[in-house]
Amino acid sequence: MTFISPLIDHFNYFVIIFLMVSGLYVVVARGNMIKKLVGLSLFQTSVYLLYLSPGKILGGTPPIIDEGFEVYSNPLPHVLILTAIVVGVATLALGLALVLRINEEYGTIEEDEIFAAGDEDK
Amino acid sequence: MISSNLPALQVVLPLLGAVLAALVRRGPIAWLIALLVSWTMPVIAFALLKQVLADGVISYALGGWAPPLGIEYRVDLVSAYILILVSVMGALVISYAPRSVASEIAPQRQAWFYTMYLLCMAGLLGITITGDAFNAFVFLEVSSLSTYVLIALGRDRRAVLSAYQYLIVGTIGATFYVLGVGLLYVMTGSLNLADIAGRIGDIDNIRPLLAALAFITVGISLKVALFPVHLWLPNAYAFAPSVVTAFLASTATKVAIYLLLRYLFSIFGVVFVFRDLPVTEILIVLSVAAMIIASIVAVFQANVKRMLAYSSVAQIGYITLGIALATQTGLTGGIVHIFNHAVMKATLFMAVGCIVFRTGVVRIEDMAGIGRRMPLTMGAFVIAGLALIGVPGTVGFVSKYYLVAAALEEGWWWLAAIIVISSLIAVVYVGRVIEVAWFREPTAAIKNAGDPPLEMLAFTWVLTAAIVYLGFDTDLTAGIAARAAEILLAGIK
Repeated sequence: MTFISPLIDHFNYFVIIFLMVSGLYVVVARGNMIKKLVGLSLFQTSVYLLYLSPGKILGGTPPIIDEGFEVYSNPLPHVLILTAIVVGVATLALGLALVLRINEEYGTIEEDEIFAAGDEDK
Repeated sequence: MISSNLPALQVVLPLLGAVLAALVRRGPIAWLIALLVSWTMPVIAFALLKQVLADGVISYALGGWAPPLGIEYRVDLVSAYILILVSVMGALVISYAPRSVASEIAPQRQAWFYTMYLLCMAGLLGITITGDAFNAFVFLEVSSLSTYVLIALGRDRRAVLSAYQYLIVGTIGATFYVLGVGLLYVMTGSLNLADIAGRIGDIDNIRPLLAALAFITVGISLKVALFPVHLWLPNAYAFAPSVVTAFLASTATKVAIYLLLRYLFSIFGVVFVFRDLPVTEILIVLSVAAMIIASIVAVFQANVKRMLAYSSVAQIGYITLGIALATQTGLTGGIVHIFNHAVMKATLFMAVGCIVFRTGVVRIEDMAGIGRRMPLTMGAFVIAGLALIGVPGTVGFVSKYYLVAAALEEGWWWLAAIIVISSLIAVVYVGRVIEVAWFREPTAAIKNAGDPPLEMLAFTWVLTAAIVYLGFDTDLTAGIAARAAEILLAGIK
């Protein structure tokens, strides 16, 4: 069972790594520009989890000082990730807007079809 | 009151200016706002430099929250040097901009253009001035997101495509960076850069640190456009509006290099990075590859902006070469080349912007005889081109002198030879433009072209004069760079 126990102990980290790698894979492997953005979001989300999970302490309470509570969870990662989520949403919105413009200009959002269009310098 | 709050004003003013420019919605008024704000920036940056030279490092507690708990803005000689670079370039480019912008961007979008320009500047200045790892990430994204918009405003439909490709690569880079910062935070419990640097030595288990170093280095390298992760850069530079290219080429990659310097030297430390790990070897191989391969690719480009973009990748190779050597002379060469390359690339892209404004041509073949029709514009191009090659009497020579000297100090004569070979390839691609522009009969397309309006020409020549002046008087650039290198090499256990 020596192989299984680290897997269970660090279960959260394995989920994070799986999300991260699959997100990156989608970005690299897919030619559809919307799907690439989905992959990118997945990748970013995995990093949010990476921040949040060490902040959780088993048995810890929200960080409000009160009698009878000694162990508090770390609130800082939540604050940081709130900012990171805003950044992620802005990136996704801008990415989608660009895809919209690309679709207007090229009539497609498949990368191979766009490169096949072969623009030349005027 | 004002002098003690200068670090905050350096970032807050362009942010407020951006909002104001977005609210007025009219191109010319938005430009005036941008102009005003952009010229305030170098004033603040020089005032900060003066304070740093007089009283040492400035530590500014944002909102009155003392560091390391609050966000700290920290100005030392290295960051003051980059602040001056970014703010001066930003001011010169925006003064040059209005007619070029009016000819390339639709009227209803011009106010948004200036909004994005100011936002981008706020982001770049913010990365430079902040002493907080996560704050740097936020500013990195502020500057990146506005850059994507600026690139997408280009005339060619490929501009949107390049912006999208840069968005994907840039976001991966920024996410890698924040991932590395997350690991550092877990290990040290701090986000303040100086605080992290102080605590990093006490950590016994260095494996998470190695992972953090790897993620941060690769993430920032994507932004630096370090070979071989430079592929977003040529298209982005080629299809962005001329003004944007001149601004980005002289500031964006330079600020990313600054961030890399901070992490490699001030946070992780020279001993850890350069002695225990093969960073020198890896960086030298990549730098040399950039200097040779990107230069050769530049020779075969048909589009002059693309050619200059590949040349930028090669020149970034020189800078990272100086960083890789991690000696006093080498680092001085790298840091001084950050400044020198910014000056010459801005000049070249501004000269190209003048040509596009007058004739609309970007293909080198179509520029036949343009030197006779636009002698002053092409004169600036030639001088900046000579600086790119490294001819004595220009800034390019100063940087290459330091780099060759640093290579010889290590006894690596082959590296000095590679620097010379790469310069010779630059002779080929710069010479190709000069040959077409000066020694051929003008074609029909440019028969009636003439030198551009006064302000475009004037600001191109201000930079051209700087290329020659700073080639002789090296106190301002190399002098400060040498002291900056000392600080970076000394801030280390």
